[in-house]
Amino acid sequence: MRADPRALRFGAAVTTVVLTFVLVTQSAWLLVAQVVVFAFGVAGRSPYTVLFKALVRSAPKETEDARPPRFAQGVGLVFAVAGLVGYVAGIMPLALVATAAALLAAFLNAAFGFCLGCEMYLLIRRLLPAANMEVPK
Amino acid sequence: MTGLWVVLATLALGTVIGVVFLRRNGRVRDTDGSRDRLSAADLGAGLGERATLVQFSTAFCQPCRATRRILADVSELVPGVSHVEIDAESRLDLVRRLDIMRTPTVLVLDAAGNIVKRASGQPRKADVLAALAAAVPGS
Repeated sequence: MRADPRALRFGAAVTTVVLTFVLVTQSAWLLVAQVVVFAFGVAGRSPYTVLFKALVRSAPKETEDARPPRFAQGVGLVFAVAGLVGYVAGIMPLALVATAAALLAAFLNAAFGFCLGCEMYLLIRRLLPAANMEVPK
Repeated sequence: MTGLWVVLATLALGTVIGVVFLRRNGRVRDTDGSRDRLSAADLGAGLGERATLVQFSTAFCQPCRATRRILADVSELVPGVSHVEIDAESRLDLVRRLDIMRTPTVLVLDAAGNIVKRASGQPRKADVLAALAAAVPGS
């Protein structure tokens, strides 16, 4: 599956704004909405991307592999869920740190085109020797 | 109020990381000091006659495809230079040994397999050519 890099960048920018509002207003409901968006993103159907495609009709000059950004959306989902648990349970350090981590990744992607979630893939694989078993030599 | 400070601190940190990332990404650097040597057995492929470009990739890597294109171009352009792509996931032994943190990571090996240059992130074609010229006599 191919993805439009402009749509991904747009999605990261919207995510940055939404997570900023979550942190400032401490609205758990807004974070619930972002969790849902991340979940759709893992399935390759981020509502932000759909919105971008509705607004911008032109075809992208280049497309890219959809797997890395989908994996990154999964990383975002993990942090957003952790943040949500923090807000709901009233564990503020968890809520702030986890949401800030998701914000950092979204901001780096939006502002610099740097996919932190994608970069984590190899690091995670390095740390999980058990996962080696899946890969036949 | 705390939330606002967290936002500002996060964005400031992100800006620093982003600027460092842009400056370092894909830059071809000397590997002075920790010189390792890779054999054909390590690579699972023969070494190039004069030099070998080794690329570590993963499935979850956006710039790996473009990097592959650049290195394939260079190996066609410069005689005696071969391009070997390694799936990092299936060679975690090499990844740990060479301390590879990111994909793509590109290593430039001389004729004997010594690692003479290294770049993490997508390198520019001109930089790869310059690295080859510097590292491999007569190329």
